[in-house]
Amino acid sequence: MSDVTGTELRIVGFLCNWCSYGGADTAGVGRFQQPTDLRIIRVPCSGRIDPLFVLKSLVNGADGVLVSGCHPRDCHYSEGNFYARRRLEVLKRFLPILGIDERRFEYTWVSASEGQKWKTVVSSFTERIHELGPAPVLNPALIKQAEAIL
Amino acid sequence: MPNLEELKSAIKEHLPDLDMVIGWEQGFDPLRTSPIFMRSEADIDKLIWSPLCVHNLATYLPNLKGKKVGIVVKGCDSRSIVELLQEKLINQDDLTIFSMPCDGVVSIRKIQNAVGDLDYVEAVEANAETVKVTADGKTYNLKFEDIAASKCGRCQYNTPLISNVFIGEPKNEPKEDNYDDVIAFEQKSEEERRAFWMGEMDKCVRCYACRNACPMCVCKDHCVAQSRDPHWLTQEDTVENKWFFQMIHAMHLAGRCTECGECERSCPVGIPLLLLKRKLNKEIDELFDYKAGTLIDATPPLQAFKVEEENINERGW
Repeated sequence: MSDVTGTELRIVGFLCNWCSYGGADTAGVGRFQQPTDLRIIRVPCSGRIDPLFVLKSLVNGADGVLVSGCHPRDCHYSEGNFYARRRLEVLKRFLPILGIDERRFEYTWVSASEGQKWKTVVSSFTERIHELGPAPVLNPALIKQAEAIL
Repeated sequence: MPNLEELKSAIKEHLPDLDMVIGWEQGFDPLRTSPIFMRSEADIDKLIWSPLCVHNLATYLPNLKGKKVGIVVKGCDSRSIVELLQEKLINQDDLTIFSMPCDGVVSIRKIQNAVGDLDYVEAVEANAETVKVTADGKTYNLKFEDIAASKCGRCQYNTPLISNVFIGEPKNEPKEDNYDDVIAFEQKSEEERRAFWMGEMDKCVRCYACRNACPMCVCKDHCVAQSRDPHWLTQEDTVENKWFFQMIHAMHLAGRCTECGECERSCPVGIPLLLLKRKLNKEIDELFDYKAGTLIDATPPLQAFKVEEENINERGW
């Protein structure tokens, strides 16, 4: 099924239940070819996404994080994505000082009917993460320890 | 200090109507000061005001909500009070703010770097130009600007923004703050930046002094860093855990941090924590044209939105 050559990377996707999750479903129903690196976590609204979700994913080894919600003005809860937009933009601008490449995090808006757009979003984001390569390991000692136990 | 007597008499005048007044007194040696909670006239005589009064006393206010409290503040501390009032964490009616214009405070850490060993300090003489420290029988003449706290070099608020009793002459010579320190740090390569934080966080002992000293960290007893549900952090002292705690601290202060620098000052191992918060403040100022703790009636930018954001382009990627 995967059309990605080489090994997969770990990309975490936080998708709003009402639009983007439906959009991803539409893309699936439409049998669009998509990369399979994305692990989707369904959330009730993009406004539910605490910037710490994204930071925690990145610190714990995700190679990329994608957040997608309803288009502004189309929120199921009227204004959830307006708050999300501010938080996520601040988060994106915060990443460089931590030494994390801000291109590893992206947020976008995809509606339930936009299967084709979802395919484009997920393909171009995955492509970008593959260009950046695997995220740098934060603590080599800990990884060695985990490998020894396994 | 010429105005200290005036300040003391103003506090004496107001004390009968108040439960306590918070100020500074001499600490265990001439260099250190410590907060004092004045309840009687005898306590007021211990009050001092000098460049050694470094603590931001606003930290105590949220826990004293409901009591009639007086507080002595510098300009930067007054910003923390404005932010606390804005978030309705304290009541303005219960508060009596005594303030004087400030010429800057010292950084004990910088003095320590200059002197070497600060275990026993015999005498300190501080004025606006020099600080004379006598430690271990040797006297060091230090230039004030060399050992002043970094925040004082970019101070915009020498004159307090809010006060009930103001003593002295207002000062109107704000220095410029172009976020030079943040910009200089960001010019390093990504690997250097990451390595810098890894090294700094490796020193962290997870004492939470940064959080406890922060006037804006008001959920201390319910802090997500220590909660088991959600279990954001484990009890392991790994670099990731400690680093992630600082990310939590910074994100929770986004748009609220008044840059008093207490996190950095209280850190026993000297991690430059204010840098993370200043980065967020810089971005929030650019995005929303907002500075925390300057307007009582404003809403913090992350608790509000505009339908059309002027400075966010989320469609362009």
